[in-house]
Amino acid sequence: MSLDPVFTPAPERHVLMKALANRSFLIGLVITAVIALMALVSFFWTPHDITRLEVAARMQGLSPAHPFGTDHMGRDILSMIMIGARNSIAVAVVAVGIGMGLGVPLGTWAAARGGWADEALMRVNDVVFAFPALLTAVMITAIFGPGAVNAIIAIGIFNVPVFARIARASALSLWPREFILAARASGKGKALITIEHILPNIVSLLLVQGTIQFALGILAEAGLSYLGLGAQPPMPSWGRMLFEAQTRMAIAPHLALFPGLAIVVTVLGLNLLGDGLRDVLDPRLRRER
Amino acid sequence: MTAYLAKRLAIGLATLFVASLVVFFVLEILPGDPARIMLGMNASPEALTALRTEMGLDRPLALRYLDWLTGMATGDFGRSYTYSSPVIELVAERVAVSLPLAVMALSLSTAIAIPVGIFAAARRGRLSDTLAMGAAQVGVAIPNFWFAMLLVYVFAVGFRLLPAGGFPGWGEGWGGLWQGFKALLLPAVSLALPQAAILARVTRSAMLEVLGEDYIRTARAKGLPRRAVLWRHALRNALIPVLTILGLQFAFLLAGTIIIENVFYLPGLGRLIFQAISQRDLIVVEGVVMLLVASIILVNLLVDVCYAVADPRLRTGR
Repeated sequence: MSLDPVFTPAPERHVLMKALANRSFLIGLVITAVIALMALVSFFWTPHDITRLEVAARMQGLSPAHPFGTDHMGRDILSMIMIGARNSIAVAVVAVGIGMGLGVPLGTWAAARGGWADEALMRVNDVVFAFPALLTAVMITAIFGPGAVNAIIAIGIFNVPVFARIARASALSLWPREFILAARASGKGKALITIEHILPNIVSLLLVQGTIQFALGILAEAGLSYLGLGAQPPMPSWGRMLFEAQTRMAIAPHLALFPGLAIVVTVLGLNLLGDGLRDVLDPRLRRER
Repeated sequence: MTAYLAKRLAIGLATLFVASLVVFFVLEILPGDPARIMLGMNASPEALTALRTEMGLDRPLALRYLDWLTGMATGDFGRSYTYSSPVIELVAERVAVSLPLAVMALSLSTAIAIPVGIFAAARRGRLSDTLAMGAAQVGVAIPNFWFAMLLVYVFAVGFRLLPAGGFPGWGEGWGGLWQGFKALLLPAVSLALPQAAILARVTRSAMLEVLGEDYIRTARAKGLPRRAVLWRHALRNALIPVLTILGLQFAFLLAGTIIIENVFYLPGLGRLIFQAISQRDLIVVEGVVMLLVASIILVNLLVDVCYAVADPRLRTGR
């Protein structure tokens, strides 16, 4: 067994070439692209119309006409999963957007300002982290009414401290560096330095965290929908499909199989993409392999 | 060390105080009058006023907050509107389900994850490492409630080995204890799986980091067997990041019980809070949320204490 750390700096190749040579990144990219494509295609085509209920054809097994079978109302499960992908992706993307949009300015501001601002931000973070995310999401959606928009807000709120913390920590490590000192010596203000020098240097970290939070958002949305607090019917969502399948599993296990697999594959794809991105963009953070 | 712990304790208490402000004021300013919800839409104005007075809803918000806070400090969490019993009694009943569930899940995930992480690190790059980390990657992606449904399908519907849901209570003697344990087994496994996957990955990377250190090479060079180096020298130093994740996972576990207790119809804290939220039983929601937040803060404090014990540099503040 070799105990030596394997750290050989990658030769300076184009980032894209490096990315495509990375197995995790490539597999993750393909999976994510397929899911995104499925969601896009669902806007103008699905194998079946899910608004037409065919009670006679309910809970059918797998067949060429319905590759994933039909649900308890005779709707095509593949079509429902395709449309459900839209909902999952939309909720997760906007929730990550909220987290980055608020968290990154807050974190970089705290790092640049230091002192009380920094301390205050960290203490607020402590409070937010003391609340289990899912519990608060359940409270928010139960109180303000279930629905996709409130689910987005509930998940988004918890992304704010995550991005604030990462942005702050990585910005703090950059401030004492020579190139920042040089920029300060040339008379640039803190805001300008943050935009011109700090942000470009932390963007890769934020991107990696973005994919992780995206995957967590998909899982959180599925959990909320399962509890009946996410997107409301007739809009299909993966979590809700699982909830509806639960009591019928003994007679029709395929009802629960495919929506669950859709979640697993999507989250797996995003996590692989995130791992790959980290390896490619920031060799210092390379996972030991 | 005392200064370090005193600071952590002060931060913990301050966090708890701010959390209590947030919980109380956010929930109290919400739309929806609990008195009206209890009495229904056809209640007479007199009955409503009487109930509002009885529940103390006509008093100023700040006073009610102080009452609530001092009450909690003395163990009085108020009375539930819907269950008409003291919140502390409801909580005590439910904790008897949720706490064993959380402990079982945490022990299970630790028991699986740490050996797997060490095993994978010791065999880095080999097939067994790739397989173990591939499985962990999939485990992280599995929603626990879906895994729970699959477990029910296999072990309750298929093999009829374990109950599909419900909780018979802890019962009398060993037989009763066994029935309770059986009812919590599938829920604990479904909570533990995603946690174990994350923990195994963290353990592996922490071990790899430590195994690259010079003192490990020294230990090997002086002739210590590989096994001894791995377990005695490397593991101890790799435990710090593992502890951090364990502390964080406790919060996830508590939140996870909301969904899992719903899947298995378990009368635990998660289900209590879910039902209380939908019935606008605010006093129950406030009490249980504060209890959960307090336990998360406490666990994180314990993790801080463990750091200080494991890593002397932290005690002196470096």
